[in-house]
Amino acid sequence: MTEMLIEAKGLARHYLVGRHRVLRALDGVDLGVARGATLGLVGESGSGKSTLGRTLVGLQKPSLGQVLFEGKDTATPEPSFMARLRRERQIIFQDPSGALNPRMTIGATVMEHLRVQGWSRADAQSQAAAAIEQAGLATSFLSRYPHEISGGQRQRAVIARAISTDPAFIVADEPVSALDVSIRAQIMNLLHQLQRERGLTMLFISHDLSVVAHMCSDVAVMHLGRIVERAPRAALFKTPRHPYTGALLSAIPIPDPVRERQRMRIILKGEVPNPANKPSGCSFHTRCPRATELCHRVDPPLRSIGTEHQIACHHPLE
Amino acid sequence: MTGEASTPLLKVENLLVAFGRAKAVDGISFDVAPGEMLGLVGESGCGKSTTALALMRLLRDAEIGGTAHLNGVELLGLDEAAMRARRGADVAMIFQDPGTALHPMIRVGDQIVEALTAHLNISRREARKRAIDLLRKVGIAAPEERFSVYPHEMSGGMCQRVVIAMAMACAPRLLLADEPTTALDVTVQAQILELLQGLVREEGMGVILITHDLGVVAGMTDRVAVMYAGAIVEMAATEELFATPLHPYTHGLLRSIPQLDSGWDEPVPTIPGSVQGAELQTGCRFAPRCAKASDACRTPPALREIGENHFVSCWNTP
Amino acid sequence: MTSEAVLDIQAAAPPRRTSAFRRLLRHRLALLALIVLAVLVIGSAGAPWLAPHDPEELDIANRYAPPLSEGHILGSDDLGRDVLTRLMYAGQISLSVGIAAMLVTVIVGFSVGAFAAYYGGWIGTILMRLTDIMLCFPSVFLLLFVAAFVTPSLASMALMIGLTCWMEIARIVYSQILVLKSADFIAAARMIGTPSWRIILRQILPNTLAPVLVAATLNTANAILLESYISFLGYGIQPPEASWGNMLTNAQSDFQVDPWLAVFPGLAITLAVTSFNFLGDGLRDALDPRIRDK
Repeated sequence: MTEMLIEAKGLARHYLVGRHRVLRALDGVDLGVARGATLGLVGESGSGKSTLGRTLVGLQKPSLGQVLFEGKDTATPEPSFMARLRRERQIIFQDPSGALNPRMTIGATVMEHLRVQGWSRADAQSQAAAAIEQAGLATSFLSRYPHEISGGQRQRAVIARAISTDPAFIVADEPVSALDVSIRAQIMNLLHQLQRERGLTMLFISHDLSVVAHMCSDVAVMHLGRIVERAPRAALFKTPRHPYTGALLSAIPIPDPVRERQRMRIILKGEVPNPANKPSGCSFHTRCPRATELCHRVDPPLRSIGTEHQIACHHPLE
Repeated sequence: MTGEASTPLLKVENLLVAFGRAKAVDGISFDVAPGEMLGLVGESGCGKSTTALALMRLLRDAEIGGTAHLNGVELLGLDEAAMRARRGADVAMIFQDPGTALHPMIRVGDQIVEALTAHLNISRREARKRAIDLLRKVGIAAPEERFSVYPHEMSGGMCQRVVIAMAMACAPRLLLADEPTTALDVTVQAQILELLQGLVREEGMGVILITHDLGVVAGMTDRVAVMYAGAIVEMAATEELFATPLHPYTHGLLRSIPQLDSGWDEPVPTIPGSVQGAELQTGCRFAPRCAKASDACRTPPALREIGENHFVSCWNTP
Repeated sequence: MTSEAVLDIQAAAPPRRTSAFRRLLRHRLALLALIVLAVLVIGSAGAPWLAPHDPEELDIANRYAPPLSEGHILGSDDLGRDVLTRLMYAGQISLSVGIAAMLVTVIVGFSVGAFAAYYGGWIGTILMRLTDIMLCFPSVFLLLFVAAFVTPSLASMALMIGLTCWMEIARIVYSQILVLKSADFIAAARMIGTPSWRIILRQILPNTLAPVLVAATLNTANAILLESYISFLGYGIQPPEASWGNMLTNAQSDFQVDPWLAVFPGLAITLAVTSFNFLGDGLRDALDPRIRDK
């Protein structure tokens, strides 16, 4: 088995909603990302995919469970290990405007990121210049303020900050969702290239399956705080086994009028359940066309079917 | 009554919207036939939403030029009182964010009743009955109960259904839908699109569907107009446009969409650079990003008919 | 190293940056206010050199001299002291109290707001409730109450006014930081283990500076007004030391004899207060990043 760079074990994150209700944003997630792999994480809003990403880079603390980095619990209070974790794990955000301090130049932002970790001013300066060039911007951008550059350029600056510490693992949380179509492709290619050149391990979070299809070698599907299916890219898109994955795939509009009009759509009935008030049993059963009485009662565990393909479903698609 | 089918429902000629020196919409012309759905696509800032707001006469502090005839009535020349009477009754609009399109403190049913009584001379009881019918029509289960809930008690998809019900209340001849599903999850988007398509077919109204999502356009519309930096660069029947895009921008846009079955690990074709302010340029707006740009592009190209009903504004298309 | 396809090929055109100060100068009323304030400050600070007379010099022969009379440009008062000279020295007191009080409001308000917002929890709640309670009392009554127990001096006046007027700044800072706290750039800073003080100082402070600066300017105006008010009522700066407020008090009893005595201190207060208010408005526009570089 390949070595897992980062791994979630029984990860749960609970929030108290009001006085008594508990929102389980993460509800027992086991997920590993192999070194050098790009794992796609898809799901609808409220599925907990961002919470999972933020927990994996240490921005949020889990209520239960552990995050392992190279097999070691990240909660280990060992100063040298903690310092290494801060360098090795980075995050790219959805909205590049909110991810950059409006009162700091791009250069100051990247340098501050390095200076905090003990870099000298001169080293930080040359490293910032190297990072911005790798992100596909001229070094003259270092003296720009965020409002002086375009959205795509801002996202490149955020990427520059993330790669400046030479990390091993990056969480990309919807990195292209806020961008225009023509800019989106540029950023996807950049991330792809950085991933390849630096052997980065990446968790690529997106609600857009076609973007994930392009970026990732493996894909995991989340629904209400749980992983419901995980498979290599080809298997997941050709033969999805979880009905939820099937519905997601069929809901994506294809930019081809001929095919779009011919294809059969599975249109889910009903609404996404409230995460603070989850249905009993399988959380998808209220919308699932295949649901039976069993699904109503028993929550299916994530199990392996075939090599590298896992699902959590009582009645998988054929 | 002969020849009425050939007269367009909406005829926009040379529409111009300027905010100070910046021309957001720079002399565009198009028409919409009764029962037709026209897609207006483009990236953020290309002027597609501004076009809709100008037609609704909802822009303040803007200089507006050109004409827009709806059933022979010039919308842009109406005084405010006359326009208020048309808004909702003859032409209605659906906004992107259903959360802000509804009044947060008024029960959703009463908001529909409001829309009805504003234009139709009917009693409140009659309006209430119609509002419940409308809620049922937009696929809201148990409409009598949902009549008296507040917007925050409903999901985003449900709110958008209410917004659609309000827009449909007075059976407008023309519906402007501005990114109606962008804020929604894919599975919910599929539901809303299906609903919209059904309603439009049933009522036979004309629709302008504004979106950045070419997949949505492919599945929904009869004709497409592609906008870039305030101008329409290409307009054709949907199937024709996707099969043989003639403008380099349309071509690039279509190629830069990642697709589910496109190869993994290959770069997505991109359009280099980003949109530049229209006021900076004299010639073709797209020229700085265009691979085909030549000396001819220094003068702005006009929209000309190349194939049957296929319009392009580019010097370098045969 | 990086292939053409992933570059953002648009060369970085140098941005057209205009400093906030330049934009401020373009704001007509703010520019006017700046000029007026400069005159007031120079006149007050330079009083020992610029004033035509000694502030305590009595010219008994020319009591109640009208303006523009010989030797007294703005006339003289009941003891024959030169009004212009008195005004200039009084300006030292009034402006100093205004500015010092403003500094107190900024320090106290920023600390309370930042602490409450950044650390939150029950301490934050208590601090902000305290702020709300303080806001319920009209600061004038609070001031008069305190003033009754304190010997008035420049420092005590500034402290008193400052300590009763910091609440608005605390609320501004509190709400700004609450918004900023959830911004992704703060998350990025926190993720790499940036200490809290550094996050507050480097990331948060510069972002709250603009609204605080605006509020501070308006607070200065308010403090000048309050000082005049208290001194007018006799609880503030005591004669023979002059402040614009207590000059008005003296003028009150002589209003029948010489109304000019009330006009000039009143005018000085009005000018200073409106100028600071206009300056605040100008700053608000100049510092708004949304209307930058237009």
